[in-house]
Amino acid sequence: MAQDGNSGTELAAADSSDHGHGTELAVGTAVVATDAVPNPGFPPHRPRVTDLDPKKEKRAERTVYTLFYLSAAGSIWAIAAYMMFPIEPENLNSVRANNLFIGLGLALALLALGIGAVHWGKALMHDQEGIDMRHPTRGSESTRDRAVEVFAEANEESGFGRRSLIRNSLIGALIAFPLPAVVLFRGLAPEGPEANPVRLLEHTMWKKGDRLARDPSGVPIKAVDVTIGSVFHVIPEELANLGHSEGYLEEKAKAIVLLMRLKPEDLVEDEDKKDWSYDGIVAYSKVCTHVGCPVALYEQQTHHLLCPCHQSQFDVTNHCAVIFGPAARPLPQLPIAVDDEGYLVAQSDFLEPVGPSFWERH
Amino acid sequence: MSTVTAPADTTKAPAKKSGGFTAAASNYLDERTSISAAVKEFGRKIFPDHWSFLLGEVALYSFVIILLSGTFLTFFFQASMAEVHYEGSYIPLKGVEMSAAMASTLDISFDIRGGLLMRQVHHWAALLFVASIGLHMLRVFFTGAFRKPRELNWVIGFVLFILAMAEGFTGYSLPDDLLSGNGLRIIDGMVKGIPVIGTWTSYLLFGGEFPGTEIVGRLYSLHILLLPAMVLAFIALHLLFVVVHKHTQYAGPGHTEQNVVGYPVLPVYAAKAGGFFFIVFGVVMLIASLFTINPIWNYGPYDPSPVSAGTQPDWYIGFADGGLRLAPSNLDLVLFNHTFSFGILLPLAVIGIFIVAVMFYPFLEAWITGDKREHHILDRPRNAATRTAIGAAGVTFYAVLWAAASSDIIATHFSVTMEGVIRTLQVLLFVGPVIAYFVTKRICLGLQKKDREIALHGYESGRIVRLPGGEYIEVHEPVSDYERWKLASHEEYKPLMIRPNSRGKITVAQKVRAGLSRWFFEDRISPVTRTEIESSHGDHH
Repeated sequence: MAQDGNSGTELAAADSSDHGHGTELAVGTAVVATDAVPNPGFPPHRPRVTDLDPKKEKRAERTVYTLFYLSAAGSIWAIAAYMMFPIEPENLNSVRANNLFIGLGLALALLALGIGAVHWGKALMHDQEGIDMRHPTRGSESTRDRAVEVFAEANEESGFGRRSLIRNSLIGALIAFPLPAVVLFRGLAPEGPEANPVRLLEHTMWKKGDRLARDPSGVPIKAVDVTIGSVFHVIPEELANLGHSEGYLEEKAKAIVLLMRLKPEDLVEDEDKKDWSYDGIVAYSKVCTHVGCPVALYEQQTHHLLCPCHQSQFDVTNHCAVIFGPAARPLPQLPIAVDDEGYLVAQSDFLEPVGPSFWERH
Repeated sequence: MSTVTAPADTTKAPAKKSGGFTAAASNYLDERTSISAAVKEFGRKIFPDHWSFLLGEVALYSFVIILLSGTFLTFFFQASMAEVHYEGSYIPLKGVEMSAAMASTLDISFDIRGGLLMRQVHHWAALLFVASIGLHMLRVFFTGAFRKPRELNWVIGFVLFILAMAEGFTGYSLPDDLLSGNGLRIIDGMVKGIPVIGTWTSYLLFGGEFPGTEIVGRLYSLHILLLPAMVLAFIALHLLFVVVHKHTQYAGPGHTEQNVVGYPVLPVYAAKAGGFFFIVFGVVMLIASLFTINPIWNYGPYDPSPVSAGTQPDWYIGFADGGLRLAPSNLDLVLFNHTFSFGILLPLAVIGIFIVAVMFYPFLEAWITGDKREHHILDRPRNAATRTAIGAAGVTFYAVLWAAASSDIIATHFSVTMEGVIRTLQVLLFVGPVIAYFVTKRICLGLQKKDREIALHGYESGRIVRLPGGEYIEVHEPVSDYERWKLASHEEYKPLMIRPNSRGKITVAQKVRAGLSRWFFEDRISPVTRTEIESSHGDHH
């Protein structure tokens, strides 16, 4: 028995009298009780049923080994299930069965093993509690003195404190040595005169005369197809021809547009932006000015756009001004017109950067 | 048992032969490793027993499960954003262009036996990992286990919590499906909002413009190499300190600040803790075989244009996402030709301050109490009323942020307006913690009074007796000395008195400290004393 020969009452006495060898530790604002209730010491040990009744002990033993056998059976079942429930190509139910039956087998193996071991520990293993004595975390006075001495000796022998030039140049060198690693990270992104994130953020692939096309098919949209109350998810016609390796996603992330037709009298338009719309048809960047989610939800009745990520709302009738939520700026408007064949085209690129705010934006 | 009966014959045999193979093997090992010293030191080390001590174990075990299942996944996953046409078993996505990362994740799910199971084990265990760390931190906080000498271990645990969330987020981003891409889009937007370095940081992180073709590979390096190595190192350090400090224990008869009472590692603790590992693993396995998690095949590959309403991040990112949602509108400030994106910076600052406050709390409380002693007996939360109230306020603050991440779902499920939900949560973010603080503090003090009552006069027996004079009383049964000890053994702290220092001055720091101390300890119930108990013996009903 690991009781260290200490009974509880002795320890309780030690608690109040024997605080901190050598150094008196500040108790702060704690009240040192002189009249505290005494620690009654350990309560008498209460034997378990398995200690008293050999039948119960036998039963617990049976339970434990049955669980262990059950666990082995679960493992074997999992192996069998791996073979019995193969995945048949294009058959979702076979995937489901494979997942379920291997999983149940493994779960049985693990749970039975775990519960068996815990039951063994609780019901059958010796259950007398033991005691370890604690020692103050701080080293003993002699150890601490020796540690100070070691440093003093090392300082003396190396001259670390004395030879200040060596020391300071060493510190300088140590500060300088990781700096090249910082520079190395420049290679994370493309280099060269074109590789400037600020310039890239200021432009999208829209340019004068680009047809507005459906996302993702790339079918251009005629003005007459856009009925009042309808909404189109739009990309530049050329985007549909780009492959993923040619920057499809990067261009799309900036160029996506929402196209809506409202009654012209519902639109409140600034003088200088009057010709940006066509007969009540307006096009706005679909990239939220908050953190860049697609503003994909259009409320037809209120003419509000809603970003599903953080619930910013924009008023389409009023140049997509922010009317609710964390977004900071209106959605940029794409100036549009109609070409000779009646297709909607861009008048130019967006006149301001689309998407989230960034430091260099002004 | 056989080894006990054996010695009779082996005494005559040469010493090296005694004990057979196990002894020979042990001897071989010890002569090369000194392992006997470790067994002697730790084999019978005592660990106290309490259900709340299992929360940290759950965290440790789920990390092991994550390592095992994750290693399996690495054998099949391709961390590449190279474009492929999906040709696997899942018909709805056949021929669709997607990254190799997404395609290989679909292959793991639909073409590799047990692959989906391992994916789901990995994801469920990750959710459990962060959850159990959170609960473990709450246990440590509310019982005051972070007090000297364990303040640094609290910080190590805090770092682990942050690392776990980082592991979770990087892992969530790897399959390159629609939701993970949107998550990265949000991170990109937040990074761009950081003053001075934001734009370039995002550019370097994504290897060009968002989304680029690099990010999955880079996050993969972090996810399977750097972050797990850091988690392992910090876990090792965390457990090393548990060994150095020895485990805390709850107040109980015979328990003192100088001892630790419990079961020895060999055999009881090993059986229970080892068994518990398999139980945690088994429960995760059971969940993974029955419940789908992260069905990326429903979301499809990442495309910047579509998004579905009502999408949710994994639960542990919720509080940060909620913080973003609660920011007021139109907070951009253009100054000196630069944009200060306060719509992002404000929630980042609020969350940052909250997290840093959590990390530094042990040092703050130590400064207020001025108590330099070691504490190994845990507080009952009610006996540290102000701390418990602060904890409740913090939990409420976190809960409001967390609820905000589901603002749209709350609105649709309860048929209330989205604006109403957000406005309510904005108010609750500040009012909720205050209410929680005062309610919790009062409850704690009430419970302390009740404890005191029971320690002095016993518990209500439910037996009503009519006295000869006609008076009715309820008979109180006295508690045993053992039970009383649990109710009366805690310490009392008094508010700090302002005293001039050696120069006769009262510093500002002194005043602040005294103010905080008053806030902490002004309302208090003194523990029962021996005298009180002795004098109360007479008036038991």
